[in-house]
Amino acid sequence: MKYQLEIQNITKSYGDLKANDDISLSIKPASIHALLGENGAGKSTLVKVIYGSLQADSGQMQWCGEGYSPKSPFEAREQGIAMVFQHFSLFESLTVAENIILGLDDIGLDTDFTEQIIKYSKQYGLDINPQQVVGDLSVGARQRVEIIRCLMQNPKLLIMDEPTSVLTPQEVTDLFITLRKLAEDGCAILYISHKLEEVRQLCSEATILRGGQLVQNCNPQDHNKQELAEMMIGKKLVQLARSNITTGQDIFSINNLSRKSEDMFGVDLHDISLTIKQGSIVGIAGVAGNGQDELMELLIGEVEAPADSLIFKGEDVGRLNPHQRRQLSMFFIPEERLGHGAVPDMGLHENMLLSRPQKSEMTNYGVINWQNVEKLTQQVIDDFKVQTQSSKMLAKSLSGGNLQKFMVGRELIQNPELLIVSQPTWGVDAGSENNIHQSLIALADQGSAILIISQDLDEILTLCEQVHVLSEGSLSAAVDMEDNGLEKISNLMVGSEKQ
Amino acid sequence: MNEGLIIAIIIGISIASVPLIFAAIGELLVERSGVLNLGVEGMMIVGALAGFVIEFHTGSSFLAVLAALLAGMAIASIFAFLTQILLTNQVATGLALTLFGLGIAAFIGRGYSEENIQLISAIHIPLLSDFPIVGPLLFSYNPLVYLAFFMVFLVWWFLFKTKQGLTLRAIGDNHDAAHAIGHNVIRYRVLAILFGGAMAGIGGAFLSLVQVPIWGEDMTAGRGWIAIGLVVFSSWQPFKVILGALIFGGITILQLHAQGFDVRISAQYLSMLPYLATIVILVSLRMRDKNKTNRTMPNCLGRIFHSTS
Repeated sequence: MKYQLEIQNITKSYGDLKANDDISLSIKPASIHALLGENGAGKSTLVKVIYGSLQADSGQMQWCGEGYSPKSPFEAREQGIAMVFQHFSLFESLTVAENIILGLDDIGLDTDFTEQIIKYSKQYGLDINPQQVVGDLSVGARQRVEIIRCLMQNPKLLIMDEPTSVLTPQEVTDLFITLRKLAEDGCAILYISHKLEEVRQLCSEATILRGGQLVQNCNPQDHNKQELAEMMIGKKLVQLARSNITTGQDIFSINNLSRKSEDMFGVDLHDISLTIKQGSIVGIAGVAGNGQDELMELLIGEVEAPADSLIFKGEDVGRLNPHQRRQLSMFFIPEERLGHGAVPDMGLHENMLLSRPQKSEMTNYGVINWQNVEKLTQQVIDDFKVQTQSSKMLAKSLSGGNLQKFMVGRELIQNPELLIVSQPTWGVDAGSENNIHQSLIALADQGSAILIISQDLDEILTLCEQVHVLSEGSLSAAVDMEDNGLEKISNLMVGSEKQ
Repeated sequence: MNEGLIIAIIIGISIASVPLIFAAIGELLVERSGVLNLGVEGMMIVGALAGFVIEFHTGSSFLAVLAALLAGMAIASIFAFLTQILLTNQVATGLALTLFGLGIAAFIGRGYSEENIQLISAIHIPLLSDFPIVGPLLFSYNPLVYLAFFMVFLVWWFLFKTKQGLTLRAIGDNHDAAHAIGHNVIRYRVLAILFGGAMAGIGGAFLSLVQVPIWGEDMTAGRGWIAIGLVVFSSWQPFKVILGALIFGGITILQLHAQGFDVRISAQYLSMLPYLATIVILVSLRMRDKNKTNRTMPNCLGRIFHSTS
């Protein structure tokens, strides 16, 4: 049988680190092939070799039975290989249409393109407006742009790096319809994901990597989720459940919070109210772009809130800046890791210091105690299993999942009384997700309150005992989960989209 | 004021703005590609000298302008090599380029400061140029004046109507993403820098060939810096460069005429006006846009690109 793409004994090293060690896999034409592995397992490196951004040290590839060794992404695209990147390769100051044109080699500006984009976006249920500037789009919408950009190249092999991590359940269902349709039309798909349930639904083959080495080529439908996860991380997973929830007094409340967005594509917030008790985990579900960013800015203190709309431990915190709020033991993990959550060009230890409240063991009358900083950074790295060569590595050099682990750890180590976190496990693999969820539960069990804003419904359902839905800037009342909770949440989430 | 004087003022304003338009439109393209070249002043003065010297020796205006263009590019190529190949800091390199250009022009130009050349003459189109008011206002300029306005149009057309222009803007916005898609970031930037040098060179030559027929080592008088300011003023939009240049040119001319009208303010203060106005305009622009995120500024402006990462 002739394979679409055959990879034989690919090895690629960075200095002493073997990112890919003798990896072989074969992708059948028109199949959906999963590439599974934790962060740092070597998935990205392998994919870059296939896409021509990197060249392997040794090993060969065959494309449609013929030798294939791309020197650049142009060559890969010429052969019919398209890729959706994990770290978006979008241009923020350009419009959606311009971004898409840039990824297509043989299309000039004179072609009237907008209609084609709309056609594809309708056909595949990927809702975007071609004239919008990408900088104004939510993470979810940006990913839709990336996906459409690839689909418009009519590829023979589509590589998708964590495509569903920010999509709603409905969008995921739609995307799977798209992908199955594409596969039927003869396009093979290499699907990189850590969402094992999805892989089991979608893929007929799977290649599992761990630590740069091939663990197994198998059919994911022959294994259950637990088995796949354990193959991937090489050890047993901890089952998650909050057993005895003991909640205390109200600690934080949002009272009739409204905000008119200054951004023309922003979302206005209408009359949002919410109360969180000590020891409880509250979730805000909803599709991205329904006011999450605007709400998060108010909660963090990047934008001032009206008087008496944010009350923490009986104090009006609406006018306090983020630093002052941290002093009161409110901590935050924003969605955007690089630039918002961490300074990309600074080391982990420096980032550790930056989010500290003034009175901490890291400074002494304003003079930095680097020894303590190092010690605490190392503690976070160890406790949260952040894979990094040292505590001085630049934040931007870490993979998304690793940096997320670090940022969660950095806040948790402070034992916050209230933690507000947006998309805690976006782009994070199964093992790390499990770790992060465990630590959040442990924090709540100690009596801290947690507010989670997430698009990942599974995550919300696993962790939260009180769930609200944010839709078009309005927050629903807490959903009663006893009686058809999931259905109610889904209706609240999509309700806005049908208007 | 009579009609003739008003026409003279308008023509004066247009001519005063031309060197700025050239230099600023070149720098605009450079900055759109994500490179900050602060060497505009240096490239202008070298262009001014090259134009003057060739005009003096050959008497050919065409060769003179061509020489200015090539001289500007030559200086720019030093900047391109240092910042794009050797990855030096763009701000420091640009400042050094300005100092280098001013120095070398003063050195080579020593023997020419006493000399005179023939100014490039204005065009004369039969009928059109003879038309009252409209004729002198629109159809009786030096060819370089038309070229300046045409270059603005050309840069706009390139940036917003061609795929290469889109790619250049994309590189200025996010060079890593452009590289990931497979575009040659360094080639685009080097070409943009050379274009910027050519434009600054012609802008400089306009001073020595059209405005004043003599060579003086300080003849650019900070216009390169004003041009860089104009790029910011224009929010990186080509046509707004014309507006900014006309405002600056207008104040320069008014200041001259004010001296002619015996306004009792000492000349030094009046000479400061254009520069003061530039600062006031830049600040007020920022005040107005303070609350908006500035999306027009290229995200990668001044950032070094490592192709290996």
